[in-house]
Amino acid sequence: MEKALSKPSDLSFFQRFRRIFTPIAIVYLVLLFGQQAGLEPGRIIREIIDNPVIIIQQVITGLANAAIITIIAMGYTMVYGIVENINFAHSSVFMHGTFVALLTMSIFAQGATVVPLWVALFAFIPAMLYCGLLNGLVERYVYRSLRKSARIVALIAGLGTDFMLQNIGLKIGDLGLIPNIDRTATGVKFLRILGLQSASPKSFPAVQEFFAGPGVPINLLELIDKNATLRITAADVMVIATALIAVFTLNWFVRNTRSGKAMRAVAQNPAAAAMMGIDVDRIINLTYIIGGALAGAAAVMFGVYNGTTSSQIGSTTGLNSFTAAVLGGVGNLQGAALGAIFIGLLSSISDQFISSRWTTAWVFLTLVLVMIFKPTGLLGSEGGEKA
Amino acid sequence: MSILELNNVHTFYGNIHALKGITINVNEGEIVTLIGSNGAGKTTTLRTIQGLLKPREGSIKLKGEEISKIPAHEVVKRGVSQSPEGRLTFPRMTVKENLEMGAFQRSDKEGIAADMEKVFGLFPRLKERISQRAGTMSGGEQQMLAMGRALMANPKVLLLDEPSMGLAPILVDLIFDIIRELHRQKTTILLVEQNARLALGVADRGYVLETGEIVLKGDAKDLLTSPEVKAAYLGERGH
Repeated sequence: MEKALSKPSDLSFFQRFRRIFTPIAIVYLVLLFGQQAGLEPGRIIREIIDNPVIIIQQVITGLANAAIITIIAMGYTMVYGIVENINFAHSSVFMHGTFVALLTMSIFAQGATVVPLWVALFAFIPAMLYCGLLNGLVERYVYRSLRKSARIVALIAGLGTDFMLQNIGLKIGDLGLIPNIDRTATGVKFLRILGLQSASPKSFPAVQEFFAGPGVPINLLELIDKNATLRITAADVMVIATALIAVFTLNWFVRNTRSGKAMRAVAQNPAAAAMMGIDVDRIINLTYIIGGALAGAAAVMFGVYNGTTSSQIGSTTGLNSFTAAVLGGVGNLQGAALGAIFIGLLSSISDQFISSRWTTAWVFLTLVLVMIFKPTGLLGSEGGEKA
Repeated sequence: MSILELNNVHTFYGNIHALKGITINVNEGEIVTLIGSNGAGKTTTLRTIQGLLKPREGSIKLKGEEISKIPAHEVVKRGVSQSPEGRLTFPRMTVKENLEMGAFQRSDKEGIAADMEKVFGLFPRLKERISQRAGTMSGGEQQMLAMGRALMANPKVLLLDEPSMGLAPILVDLIFDIIRELHRQKTTILLVEQNARLALGVADRGYVLETGEIVLKGDAKDLLTSPEVKAAYLGERGH
């Protein structure tokens, strides 16, 4: 059916007309009304010519955000690939991870506002362990017994779990006391790190920069503008490097390890996987644990990069990541990365050049358009590689 | 010697009483076939043996050991593997990866490599397609792959569910030649088939299943000539 439709000779005049006219109409409408939402091509081109360094800067910012979104999106997409369930609790697991990362880094910081890089790297361990365990528990005690029910039941249960975890996060938000071992004074003093108000944003200690000064001067840019400096922070480098390591490790794991192959087998045919002697329940649980651990890694990246968290942070970041997964083709790991890069770049470019108030609208307009013209997502298709 | 024994096995799908006290035994090196029409409970029997369905009553013994209470992945380890109805190959894995999945519960590298060569000996076509994705192969090739994959578990009992289903006659002949070859190599097989004539042709003994109950059993030769079987399953009256 689809093949027949894609052959132009089989289409009626009206169908052919519509096929050409629809995209033109959409481009026209976007240009017409886009101005209201900050899309002014003339001004944007002028701004880019005036200061080309800014666009490079925004691309770096966009890629760093994409790195965080990718890691969370992979958690959504892996779980979907194996049990065809959207884990709505995933964003709250991520939010809990930011608190674990904050606590860990604060314990090492002991009140200082800047910590060395190794502290941020160390924070990956507790955050990933905690989130992996939490997501594994959610699978075991929420989703497992619902696996044979209608899909909507698991979905609603996931939403309920999400709210529950969000409120626990709100509670964690006003705990906020860690022991501060003051070696000079007698005894132990307590340090408030999370703030008095449970819902208010909490600040992360910053990560020490590699280089002192305002940024890394790059000679090439001096040809364009003598004053231009490109600022690449330690957080940029850490976030992008972590994402690359995570993506390659996960890909290697899924292709080469015994458990990874079992995950692919369960994703492709759970009944046959059981007949091969694969413990399907254990593999599904492992998938949630790995997805959770990824959310934990993303939580550290998010904290280091954005320097703040709150119990609300899961919903916006989670929504962006979920959108990235859908945009790329849910169930497809490479698709998640592609969707994330797209959203990250579009957001940072829109924030700078279009209108930051309308960024979310632009992101979702793109999603709607992709869904209309390619409902399976950018890389999603029957032949695509799942988990 | 009896290698697989089902004694008074009752299996339910929810409230549906699918198997109503089945008693079957399979001896070492034998091909035993289970014939019957659609919905008689043939696939249910295999799924129950495999541990994918739990019997509510009765016992299933493999070499004298009870296996009806252990999980499916353990049953494979004990030596029961199957080529399922509809083949169920892993579509986005290559032929080689599919075969490796068949040996999932094994850790003897040399044994696995030797068995893979054996499978390629039985199905040279699979060797030609070693790096092709299973989902892109023909039905006959996928059937060969499903059987090869089940053999990779080095089973004590091989369960074959409808190996002829949906295949062209020439491929059906090929698959049944392989089943005869496996028989010569002393593989113990429990074969489920709708094509009763073909199944009874290769089997030593047979059971006839009707709505969850064994209604007839005996030597395959005798069943082939029995008037009830002839009338109901060999199409010598009516269709």
